[in-house]
Amino acid sequence: MSVNRPFTRDQRTTIVNGMLAFVLMLVVLQLWLLTATMNAYLGGDTAIVWPAAAVSVVCLLLNLGLLRYLYYIERRRR
Amino acid sequence: MTRDGESRTPIDARIDTPGREGLTGTAPASVYRPLRDPEQVTTAPDGRPMEGQPAWRTDFPIDWPQDAYVERREFMKFMVLTSGAFALGQLWIAGQNWWRRRHGQPEQMRIASLDDIAVGETRTFAYPTEHDPCVLIRPAADVLLAYNQKCTHLSCAVIPRVADGVIRCPCHEGLFDLSSGRPLAGPPRRPLIRITLRLQGRDIYATGVEERTT
Repeated sequence: MSVNRPFTRDQRTTIVNGMLAFVLMLVVLQLWLLTATMNAYLGGDTAIVWPAAAVSVVCLLLNLGLLRYLYYIERRRR
Repeated sequence: MTRDGESRTPIDARIDTPGREGLTGTAPASVYRPLRDPEQVTTAPDGRPMEGQPAWRTDFPIDWPQDAYVERREFMKFMVLTSGAFALGQLWIAGQNWWRRRHGQPEQMRIASLDDIAVGETRTFAYPTEHDPCVLIRPAADVLLAYNQKCTHLSCAVIPRVADGVIRCPCHEGLFDLSSGRPLAGPPRRPLIRITLRLQGRDIYATGVEERTT
């Protein structure tokens, strides 16, 4: 029988640390994308503008998914 | 006392009572309940007990594990907000690109006459709009060059030095090659925006804008 009990604070801290590592990697990727796209756009190279925007939005959605999970484990605690 | 008058030794419910080790099934549930919620017990960052902590730490005791959890949680929320800002920036660039494509290439415009500009001289003009300052350069009798005057670093106005064969940005000592507009020194990484020209009779026309990454 599986027991579905809320995570302890230590477990939640570990989970948040792990999620934060992913979020930071994605944000750094987005920062690189933004600077590279801006440079290309100002140089007249517009081929990568929409693909880069799509990748950045996907990164944002992944981050929002992780944030949603954070709210979920917070809600379960109460 | 019991009903028949005999006295009974009260049951010692502790789990570590000699002879009762392992008989957990007989112990009341209260035995297993911790006296304090573990999440209410704080631990100093160095892991040592409070007695061994410096005075400043005992004077202002806080719930360190909770503090660590909350600060990471809030940092993560802020990073997701940052992620949203970056995505918004990307969409803004895409929108600008769409807007620019919709308008297409600017129309050609007469900017000067050959008689207005002597060899070795420069002349400023605005193209394609009045907010786009450009510079027309005539380094030789049969050579005409035109660039947008905004430096590709931070948009300072660049100054051609025809005799030296360079275009200089005075803000951060950026240098561009006069004949190609490519960066030679300083912080700029992209070439100057080139204005394509057409000579019709003695009239000089600007016909388009050429942005380059290299």
